[in-house]
Amino acid sequence: MPKNWLSALARYVFILTVALIAYAAVLLLAGKNPILAYIDTFDFTLSSWYGFSEVIVRMTPLLFTAIAVALPSRAGLINVGGEGQLYLGAWLATWGAITFTNLPASVFIPFLVLLGFIGGGVWAALAGFLRAKGYVNETITTLLMNYIAPLVVGYFVYGSWRSREPGASAFPQTAAFVQEARMPRFFQTRIHLGFFLALLILFIYWFVLEKTKWGLKIKGIGGNPEAAKRMGIEVNFYLIAVMFVAGGIAGLAGMSEVTALHGRLRAGFSPGYGFVGFLISWLAGGRPLGILAMSFVLAIVFSSGSLLQITQGVPFAAINVLMAIILFIVLMKPNLRRLMS
Amino acid sequence: MISFFAGLISGTIMYGAPLLYCTLGEVIGQRAGMVNLGLEGIMLVGAAAGFTVAAGTGNMWLGVLLAALAGAALNLVYAFLVVNRQANQLASGLTVMFLGTGLSAMIGRSYIGSGISGLARYQIPGVSAFSWVRSTMFSYDLLVYLVVPAAVFAWWGLFRTKWGLHLRVVGEDPSAAFAAGLKIPALQYQAQLANGFLAGLAGAHLSLAVARAWTEGMIGGRGFIAIALVIFSKWHPLRAIAGALLFGGSVTLQLQLQARGSSISPFLLNMIPYVLTLGVLMIWGGVRRFAAPAALGRVYSGEE
Repeated sequence: MPKNWLSALARYVFILTVALIAYAAVLLLAGKNPILAYIDTFDFTLSSWYGFSEVIVRMTPLLFTAIAVALPSRAGLINVGGEGQLYLGAWLATWGAITFTNLPASVFIPFLVLLGFIGGGVWAALAGFLRAKGYVNETITTLLMNYIAPLVVGYFVYGSWRSREPGASAFPQTAAFVQEARMPRFFQTRIHLGFFLALLILFIYWFVLEKTKWGLKIKGIGGNPEAAKRMGIEVNFYLIAVMFVAGGIAGLAGMSEVTALHGRLRAGFSPGYGFVGFLISWLAGGRPLGILAMSFVLAIVFSSGSLLQITQGVPFAAINVLMAIILFIVLMKPNLRRLMS
Repeated sequence: MISFFAGLISGTIMYGAPLLYCTLGEVIGQRAGMVNLGLEGIMLVGAAAGFTVAAGTGNMWLGVLLAALAGAALNLVYAFLVVNRQANQLASGLTVMFLGTGLSAMIGRSYIGSGISGLARYQIPGVSAFSWVRSTMFSYDLLVYLVVPAAVFAWWGLFRTKWGLHLRVVGEDPSAAFAAGLKIPALQYQAQLANGFLAGLAGAHLSLAVARAWTEGMIGGRGFIAIALVIFSKWHPLRAIAGALLFGGSVTLQLQLQARGSSISPFLLNMIPYVLTLGVLMIWGGVRRFAAPAALGRVYSGEE
């Protein structure tokens, strides 16, 4: 067992090393200094407690969105809609936060968690329903719905929810939430309750899949839906339920970003966390520890994206190239691919 | 009112044309058994590369050509993963999407806000008598005039040539294709080169003729809409024309309503193309499985 674990670690290190070398070549071609970029990134993220805590903050939404891909993938569903589900979770949580302003925090926070879950969940369940009824494949619906969700948020944030506070109203954002609606932070950093919630959900994800009858059924559907149907598993119900739960988890990413970090809803607040969740889940092969490790690595990649934009004028979107290189290496090497799946 | 409809028609054609190029490429790719989710990234690179070259050299057509070649080159990544390494098609497509998103942002960065003359428009001869309608209704760039012939050419290639027959056999039944001695990898590469070429061209058409500007992420999901239109068209190049016009019409209607100061929020209007695409897919969904290439999305290792 420890030997297996070590060889898995060695392969991850190998992938990342090759990817970083390839990305350095890309940066070099773009006329940037890759060595300086990597040193800056290390200084900014891992060399101080503050930098490390910021990586944990970045990692939080990625954990949620990765589980939101990993869970349906066990049932043979491909959820590429984490980004949209995240926006809808943030949207419904915001509705709660600005509508019920006089709840005590002990009620308010669980209530907003519930709303965030429902917002993302219903959005994803729609795609699950269309798939279960045999209308459209969930891959294409979840992808298209990613483009609708930010418009829903935009409609409210530019419209009836727009802040009227002097100063704040210059930006498309809602008014600040009351203190009781803000998720607590810890250790004098921006690490917030969302992180621990994500860890809890990661544990539940593992527990349900490996230790319960539900998990067995879900994996059965993923393995052979026809056989699962013959064995009396309500396949259609499970397809919709799994999409609902997955979307709900992605919704928590949006809900916690909004209530813990921004304290208000802003248009276009996600830099693509939903898409990266897909990448993480794929790289981790859906394994809980892999999701944890890969979320951490991708959080550093995201931090470096914002950093290099400032220090070297590399557009933030350039981190997509690094992510593509990582995916490419995994897909190219059949022995790595077997490890991941 | 006349100008409203003239604008609607010309906009439908202008927005429909690039989408049709992209959809045609994906029809060819899917007929050979491959779904490519990377189109969004390829179109982005086509738009950025085409704009950069055109703004740098002043030659619009050089921009179009290089954008198409860049699209084909980028799609080699997808072809390599799917054909040579038998990798999962969806993940391979997303690799290309990520790659194209990042590369296009790097390529186009210093050209944000630059202006270009745009692809030259040519009046349809003989309609100057109708000068009471807005002249844009009868004046388009060459790529617009070529798009329907391109669809006919794709149809002819797929259904009237030996090459097209072989390609479709690969998409329907790879083991039969293998048994018949067809060169499956070569055919799949050809299909994906055509797909990348057309998606790159479509991206350049958007940045050089439609928007006449480069902005990050300007494709806005059109790559995914093209995949939806392939399903809508039931994998047929000529039916794809109707799909592209429908989508182009919805984009234009939305823009025309905004320009006329409609009281409906622009955010709701912007949703129309995506909602419409989803709606069309739902209505078409029940019949699609009878039209899809049988081996679509499967990994063929050549050993079955």
